[in-house]
Amino acid sequence: MRYEAPDSVEGAVALLSAANGEARVLAGGTDLLVQMRADMVDPELIVDIKKIAETRVVTEEKGGWRIGAAVTGAELKEHARLKKAWPGVVEAANLIGSTQVQGRATLGGNLCNGSPAADSVPALIAAGAVATLAGPQGRRDLPVEDVMLGPRKLALKKGEIVVSFLLPPRAARSSDAYLRFIPRTEMDIAVVGAGVSLSLDGAGTITAARVSLGAVAARILLVSEAAQAIIGSRLDEPAQRRLEAAARAVCRPIDDKRGTIEFRTDVAAVLARRAALIALDRARTS
Amino acid sequence: MAKHHIETTVNGDAVEFLCETEDTLLDVLRDTLNMTGSKEGCASGDCGACSVTLDGRLVCSCLVLGCEVAGRRIETIEGLAKGETLHPLQQKFLEHAALQCGICTPGFLVASKALLERSPDPSDHEIRFWLAGNLCRCTGYDKIVSAVKDAAATMRKG
Repeated sequence: MRYEAPDSVEGAVALLSAANGEARVLAGGTDLLVQMRADMVDPELIVDIKKIAETRVVTEEKGGWRIGAAVTGAELKEHARLKKAWPGVVEAANLIGSTQVQGRATLGGNLCNGSPAADSVPALIAAGAVATLAGPQGRRDLPVEDVMLGPRKLALKKGEIVVSFLLPPRAARSSDAYLRFIPRTEMDIAVVGAGVSLSLDGAGTITAARVSLGAVAARILLVSEAAQAIIGSRLDEPAQRRLEAAARAVCRPIDDKRGTIEFRTDVAAVLARRAALIALDRARTS
Repeated sequence: MAKHHIETTVNGDAVEFLCETEDTLLDVLRDTLNMTGSKEGCASGDCGACSVTLDGRLVCSCLVLGCEVAGRRIETIEGLAKGETLHPLQQKFLEHAALQCGICTPGFLVASKALLERSPDPSDHEIRFWLAGNLCRCTGYDKIVSAVKDAAATMRKG
């Protein structure tokens, strides 16, 4: 097993493109090392991307924020201005694992691990985040909702990596929130996750919204029907009921010991509503 | 392929070692550097018994590759006591009987030290959330939380 830690995106892409056997990108390693230990993966090549400067920084760009793919949850938590602009994205990232895991876990890894239950991904999708990919053909931008195609299945081509994420500029009276259900208070994998981002006009009416649900289908969903259900409203009771119905309607969850289909579907509706109410409250005071 | 030759810093000392790509930092600490204070509980990042800090950041050493730590700054449980003088956290864990079998203790101590460096006067709630990644199957957590609070009070007095 080879280990390489290139200091440029081009170097990482060249290594991954030239790999004959299985090659894996190492960011925080909180999924990869566990999977290697469990003999789920046995890569011929590991490419550590943390020496590539642009994967490790949070910068302002065009009024929005660019977050490197290998920035850790702990670093996001300490970034006061990012947290103020995108509290939902940061709280979602911070729900992944323990303090120790937060010291390593990254947004890029959470997305590329390809789990439908990834906590940070619904928040990124709700935020309208765009992933910047680099590959043998150069760079391209892909909305986060289009990166994951199914469990462990990504839209990335051979040799391609996620370099960073761009969160769009934030209008006044805008905010976001992420909630998940787990059977305990911390350190578990989402049974359902819900991210909501919204903007209000001066009268408190929702002018724009995005809703994303995790762990209720083979991929993490952008639910435009749920957003449409609340745009133009002040999230009064009827709008909340419409949001719940729209969330429920898109759920195609698995049935397992952690949650039945019925339970996950119900919880998706409840979490979407509660996340929307939190985002609304934050937007009013932002 | 040839082993990786890594130069790094552990508890302030320059250290070099050879490792395979798949060797974790925990493997290196315990099996190569004979620093067996960090424990292997789960080897999957769930239990915190292998906690160390890497450039000041609390991590599970079972989830770090040995070849990742070149040029970094590692602090382990072995760096807590100064000679024969226990760190206040170690002293308070003893006084509060915050351990039984001791396997989880190095991880709790390293994690608690990292907490107190950021938050010198943490609430119970803050301590419990910070230490949620450290599992103890003997004593329960009340005595550990008490010990951390008491150590924090001692350390604030300087």
